[in-house]
Amino acid sequence: MSDGWLFLTMVACGLVTFLIRLSFIAGGRWLPQGGRFEGFLRYVPPAVLAALIAPDILMRQGQLDVATDNLRMWAALAALLAAWLTRSVLATIAAGMVVLWLLQAMV
Amino acid sequence: MHRPDLPVHGPMDEFLAGVRAEVPLLLGVVPFGLIYGVLGLAAGLPGWAVVLMSSVVFGGSSQVVFAQLWGAAVPPAVITATVGVVNARHALYSASVAPFLRQLSWRWKILLAYLLTDEAYAMAIVRMRDGAPSAHRHFFLLGTGLTLWTGWQLSSLGGVLIGAAIPASWSLDFSIPLTFIALLVMAARGRSEVIAALVAAAAALALQGMPHKLWIIAAAAAGMAAGWIARGLNRRTP
Repeated sequence: MSDGWLFLTMVACGLVTFLIRLSFIAGGRWLPQGGRFEGFLRYVPPAVLAALIAPDILMRQGQLDVATDNLRMWAALAALLAAWLTRSVLATIAAGMVVLWLLQAMV
Repeated sequence: MHRPDLPVHGPMDEFLAGVRAEVPLLLGVVPFGLIYGVLGLAAGLPGWAVVLMSSVVFGGSSQVVFAQLWGAAVPPAVITATVGVVNARHALYSASVAPFLRQLSWRWKILLAYLLTDEAYAMAIVRMRDGAPSAHRHFFLLGTGLTLWTGWQLSSLGGVLIGAAIPASWSLDFSIPLTFIALLVMAARGRSEVIAALVAAAAALALQGMPHKLWIIAAAAAGMAAGWIARGLNRRTP
């Protein structure tokens, strides 16, 4: 798509984000009671991130690909382990990229 | 340092105290900004868009999500909805700081709402809620917000400059899912979060056939519902 569409999409995303942040500061009073809204929102990060990761790693050309020659799958597993052990974004990226490069060099 | 029990806080004192409180957080924000800049280019966004988005959207994870979805040719409406979902938590911050900003002019409210990010909020709410009452305490939030804003703009610009020098053969676009993996592991603290992630991942794979790439929203909703239900069941068992 064109740069114009890219710009407009960015502005729309910026506006949505800004309006969310402005909502209660501007005087909004409605908030689902009993911390329910808060309880629900804690599942946004794991759900959205997992939904974005899975197809990116496990699908190729629109087909599920969990064969052993799916190098990105192995690199992602290494990254998962690194993230779990270190809890660092940089260490996770480093582990995943290095494993991907090593596997690409070997195959 | 300013003792919080001192009765009088001028605007400049509050502002500088906010800046000082926020600076240590830049240790985490600057590497993330660099990563965002590099992978924004790797995802196929032009450099101007990667840099401009840092001020137009100003929300780290949502900008990375935007870059990935744009690179995958997802329709603009679905990208906007997904960014809205990712940033929905900011409504909680808005509700939390609102009582302290009630007396301010619209100009202030708009400015502070724009600057209300995770890190700026986290530092400012401590000052607002627990610190001494002061007519100028919104300057503290201005200090944390502007410090974070500056660090984010400079580091994403730096990332674009670094990213432009990295050849495509390095498969650096792969750093996007890797970043998400790191954020996911940090977000998945309990069993119900892990269930939310697993259900969302399975739904994302199963629903690929949906038109307009709506599987992103559908899978996220399925995961959130699963996490919510799992927590409810967990509570009931003794």
